[in-house]
Amino acid sequence: MSEAHSGRIHIAHQFESSDQQHEAGTLGIWIFLATEVMFFGGLFTGYALDRWLYYPAFAAASRVLDIRLGAINTAVLLTSSFTMALSVRAAQTAKRGALALLLILTMLLGAVFLGIKGFEYYQKFVEHVVPSLDFAPQGEVLARLAPAGLGHAQLFFCFYFFMTGLHALHMIVGLGLLFVLLLRALRSEFTPAYYAPVEVTGLYWHFVDIIWIFLFPLLYLIGGRF
Amino acid sequence: MAAQPIVPFRTYALVFVALLTTGAAFVNLGPLNTVVALGIAFLKMMLVLLFFMHLLHSNKLTHVTAIAAAFWLLLLIGLVFADYTSRGWIPDPAPWSSSAPPTHP
Repeated sequence: MSEAHSGRIHIAHQFESSDQQHEAGTLGIWIFLATEVMFFGGLFTGYALDRWLYYPAFAAASRVLDIRLGAINTAVLLTSSFTMALSVRAAQTAKRGALALLLILTMLLGAVFLGIKGFEYYQKFVEHVVPSLDFAPQGEVLARLAPAGLGHAQLFFCFYFFMTGLHALHMIVGLGLLFVLLLRALRSEFTPAYYAPVEVTGLYWHFVDIIWIFLFPLLYLIGGRF
Repeated sequence: MAAQPIVPFRTYALVFVALLTTGAAFVNLGPLNTVVALGIAFLKMMLVLLFFMHLLHSNKLTHVTAIAAAFWLLLLIGLVFADYTSRGWIPDPAPWSSSAPPTHP
């Protein structure tokens, strides 16, 4: 590693300085996140439109969701964002032990989120409100959904599964990225002069958190909840 | 030397507490429920963006990118709703073959 001797560890040849490289990397992830806003934006727009057109059915279907689990998941994900922000800080301040610990904590919280989400999906199968695969609600759930029309309730669950599913997919990708970060952190690859991967992965993780911040009120908190 | 200043732990902790308290605001406000829920979500998003995602300390180019994302999203939602909400505004014109006299002077 000749770069190591010149004091330019981890600076790619096209960059003049560590600062410039860091800013370029940050800008890159922000542009990626802007495309992600468009990606999720289409779904949010479609959801908003159908919610506006078929509000009674959407409100009724929303009440089938478990608001407590949704609220717990919101807290879990916000906490994971907090530990992620602290991970970046640990990398900046060269606290290697804390960095590894915080990354593990972030991954654990992410896994808890996915576990709760999985349990919610399981509940939806039990209640037979999975669009196209098994949409035949019975008893109390049927009584709740039927007045406003089962067809539009099914539409709500289409949005529910697709939006939370896409979000969960992003979480799984995030967990993979965090795992790679953890391995690199354990090899002491990050220093206060080079922590861009931690920062960039953090930005992605926070973005996924923001998506959930909006999914929660839109899917779980539609009117008639109280 | 890193380009970004190191944010003190206290700031992160305060933001985190703020995030959790706004999340606990489950109060029935009738027709305002959705507006308030989305308002709280917006506040939470701003806290995450400004502090956790360091937008407060980012350069102008990053700000432009973030604002551009919000702008195009508003354009997407705005134009779709402009279409659907205005569809009933203008009544369908009478067919050309109609023998009825024109109603306008």
